[in-house]
Amino acid sequence: MAMLHTVNKSAFENRSLDSCIAHAKPGSSILLFEDGVVAAMEGTVISDKIKSILGDIKVYVLGPDLRARGLSTDKVIDGVTVLEDYGGFVDLVTEHDNVQAWL
Amino acid sequence: MEPWEEEEGPVKKFMYVNRKVPYGTIYALESLEVVLIAAAFDQDVTLVFIDDGVYQLMKGQDTTGIGMKNFSPTYRALEGYDIEKLYVEKESLESRGLTPDDLVVDVEVKTRSELADLMEEQDVVLSF
Amino acid sequence: MKLSVMINEGPYQHQAADSAYQFTKAALEKGHEIFRVFFYHDGVNVATRFGVPPQDDRNITVLWSELAKEHNLDLVVCVAAAQRRGILDADEAKRHGKDGNNIAPGFRISGLGQLIEAGIQSDRLVVFGD
Repeated sequence: MAMLHTVNKSAFENRSLDSCIAHAKPGSSILLFEDGVVAAMEGTVISDKIKSILGDIKVYVLGPDLRARGLSTDKVIDGVTVLEDYGGFVDLVTEHDNVQAWL
Repeated sequence: MEPWEEEEGPVKKFMYVNRKVPYGTIYALESLEVVLIAAAFDQDVTLVFIDDGVYQLMKGQDTTGIGMKNFSPTYRALEGYDIEKLYVEKESLESRGLTPDDLVVDVEVKTRSELADLMEEQDVVLSF
Repeated sequence: MKLSVMINEGPYQHQAADSAYQFTKAALEKGHEIFRVFFYHDGVNVATRFGVPPQDDRNITVLWSELAKEHNLDLVVCVAAAQRRGILDADEAKRHGKDGNNIAPGFRISGLGQLIEAGIQSDRLVVFGD
């Protein structure tokens, strides 16, 4: 079983990402979208936290939300996959067994 | 039998995850409303309280001072709706200085790791 | 695959209804079936046809109405959440003695059972909210 977790809040002001990471099992995936995309960037105080889970958990970030916020896909943490469009989001949902939104 | 109940319908695993303090927002109350309806569908229902959701179950809630309805007694009625799988996360209680004695219902305390396993087994997870 | 979508936040205030729209559109383009879109919490406010956003902004309600028309989508607004927030169709307005209704084309008001049914009937239920 592989679960998709979605996080849509900034990890700089909200603990949803922390709670998500604490509950996500190895083999599952996390999608960062809406304000959640800020956690995907290299060189922040959160970057190391993301890097530390990449071995066990696949991390994705929604490109349209990055670009809307002026965040360059070039500066996304190595190993975090950028989804080019919402079709990629749909594919993630169908490729995983279930989805949990960490609202 | 109500018309929306299928005699031989599929049984899926539904988990309702409550993560927010009550009253500041309506999520806790409207989540409870979903759970009460869900009980009529004969599905496999699990209700979990993690993070700030544990505050929804606090004993002794008195809302007279804020002019809102205290809906915490409803949690005690859940058993009557055949919702028996009601879990509270150990780590969430501990990090808030709470124990099961502080809660309005007899709950089963489960560790984060146990709940993570349980989440993976679900067909539908609704988080509030 | 058969998908359902739940929207828990109001329009403009939060991106949820926009994200859900983009997601739903992409899912339909990929040939998936959308069994139902369920509006709950402040998400019910998406269903008012009385919103007048600035001309150069998107009209989220109209976008959903058009998508529903094009793809015969089932847009369901939770009745309990809608009553609290003053979202009414003609029947509800009459029942509660209100002097008008405000529901947009393509939306219908029904019970929470519709959400549970969407969970039962769909392969995945994707939630957008805050």
